Amino acid sequence: MIPSWRPDAGQARWLKVALFLLCLAPFVRLGWLAWHHGLGANPIEHITRATGWWTLTFLMITLTVTPARKLLSQPWLLRLRRMLGLFAFFYGSLHFTTYLWLDQFFDVGAIIKDVIKRPFITLGFSAFVLLIPLAATSTNAMVRRLGARRWQWLHQAVFVIGTLGVIHFWWLVKKDITEPLIFAAILSVLLGTRVVYRLRDTRPEARNRSVVRPYPRGRGAPSRGKA
Amino acid sequence: MLIRRPSDIAPSEITPRALFEDRRQFIRDAGLFAAAAGLAVTGVHPRSARAQTGKGFPNLKKGAYPIGEASTPFKDVTSYNNFYEFGTGKEDPAENAGTLKPRPWSVSVEGECAKPRRWDLDELLKLAALEERIYRLRCVEGWSMVIPWVGYPLAELIKRAEPASKAKYVEFTTLMDPKQMPGQRMAVLDWPYVEGLRIDEAMNPLTLLTLGLYGDVLPNQNGAPVRVVVPWKYGFKSAKSIVRIRFTEQEPRTAWNKAIASEYGFYSNVNPQVDHPRWSQARERRIGEFTKRPTLMFNGYGEQVASLYTGMDPKKFF
Repeated sequence: MIPSWRPDAGQARWLKVALFLLCLAPFVRLGWLAWHHGLGANPIEHITRATGWWTLTFLMITLTVTPARKLLSQPWLLRLRRMLGLFAFFYGSLHFTTYLWLDQFFDVGAIIKDVIKRPFITLGFSAFVLLIPLAATSTNAMVRRLGARRWQWLHQAVFVIGTLGVIHFWWLVKKDITEPLIFAAILSVLLGTRVVYRLRDTRPEARNRSVVRPYPRGRGAPSRGKA
Repeated sequence: MLIRRPSDIAPSEITPRALFEDRRQFIRDAGLFAAAAGLAVTGVHPRSARAQTGKGFPNLKKGAYPIGEASTPFKDVTSYNNFYEFGTGKEDPAENAGTLKPRPWSVSVEGECAKPRRWDLDELLKLAALEERIYRLRCVEGWSMVIPWVGYPLAELIKRAEPASKAKYVEFTTLMDPKQMPGQRMAVLDWPYVEGLRIDEAMNPLTLLTLGLYGDVLPNQNGAPVRVVVPWKYGFKSAKSIVRIRFTEQEPRTAWNKAIASEYGFYSNVNPQVDHPRWSQARERRIGEFTKRPTLMFNGYGEQVASLYTGMDPKKFF
């Protein structure tokens, strides 16, 4: 087992700054390409694809935090999860805006028809709508107001969102489903580990223990060590 | 019908053969010369430079059916392609099609006809007068271009085969060679790519046997060296890099129809009122334009082709 490392306040801050810049890189790259006419013959399609791909990727990375922190015994990883989740929301918002503005040009009639008639749009739209309350309740204050247990219950929606996102991708490709399949495989592993942890945890207090306070009073992540 | 006598001189004869076959070297030399002359030629890709010279087919006659719409830039026409034989990404064909050898090439015309035969590419090039036809191209995915093709009506070739009365359909088969077409190593479609038309569709003067674009030979990623262009149908109906044309009595089983029959029918006429099961076909994004434009019935070629489908329900024969 890798020894559990606990970053101090200064290290944690730097870690977060570095991660923030890293998460922003795909956005900066898109901007750079757009500025230099590097988005190819169909820039709007390029932007739609890229922002959608990064939304899914950040959802997957966010869902990796819990299994990774358990498997590697690195509880501090939990402190990065909020930022990763918010970046999923950030790229999701860009994706959604691209659709509304660049793709449909705010043609409300066409959008409503699309959402109702096109199953892949319906799923993508639902996934985005479900993401909004999660982003809205991501602050420490909201966690406190909701209480850890209700907060955790609400945020389990991310499993549904991830699944909807992958099916959304699957249904929109014409024939080559390689990439959606890869996302589906990753998602299955990530959800599967959670099922395994649940099944293994047979102790009577397991149901309560499974509730980890995401951001307890004061600063920092829960110092629970191995869960 | 006015039948023009084919020119006796093949364009490949007009352009010195050594140059024709080694034009890359020519361009490199030309580039060096230009650079020496102080001209900025840096950044010009050899392949695009080759076609942009526009010297492949001199004295092309302007073809029929002008549409009065601006042509999509050469760079976009040759860098944004669906040609799964070279990969499923739009940029893949431009990147990977270098392995295709468009010469030597021949097309076998066979099946239900009196005069089956194999045509060498040079024979095809002088079979009829080459003309420039500027057509709209509408992809089933919802984007479109305007492309100046070079070719002549496919009917010219069909007539010479003297199809039998049993010949109800024409089937087109693309080259099958995973060494030249690396995308065929992936079983995305059931290779080789097969497309087909009803014989009256194939004989329609709009249906173009295509040997070039933008005044020069077809770039590999656009279906070199010979393809068909059927402008009133979604792009995938226009088979590329054709090695066999066969007359059949039965409707050919086409590649996309075999892959997903519920989404890609045999006819696949551009029709804004018949949606793809997963997306709307009412509008399209013209490459290079910001907002979408309405899709035209038969891609704007209704006057020429609507009569082919009288009495047919477009929702049933999609």
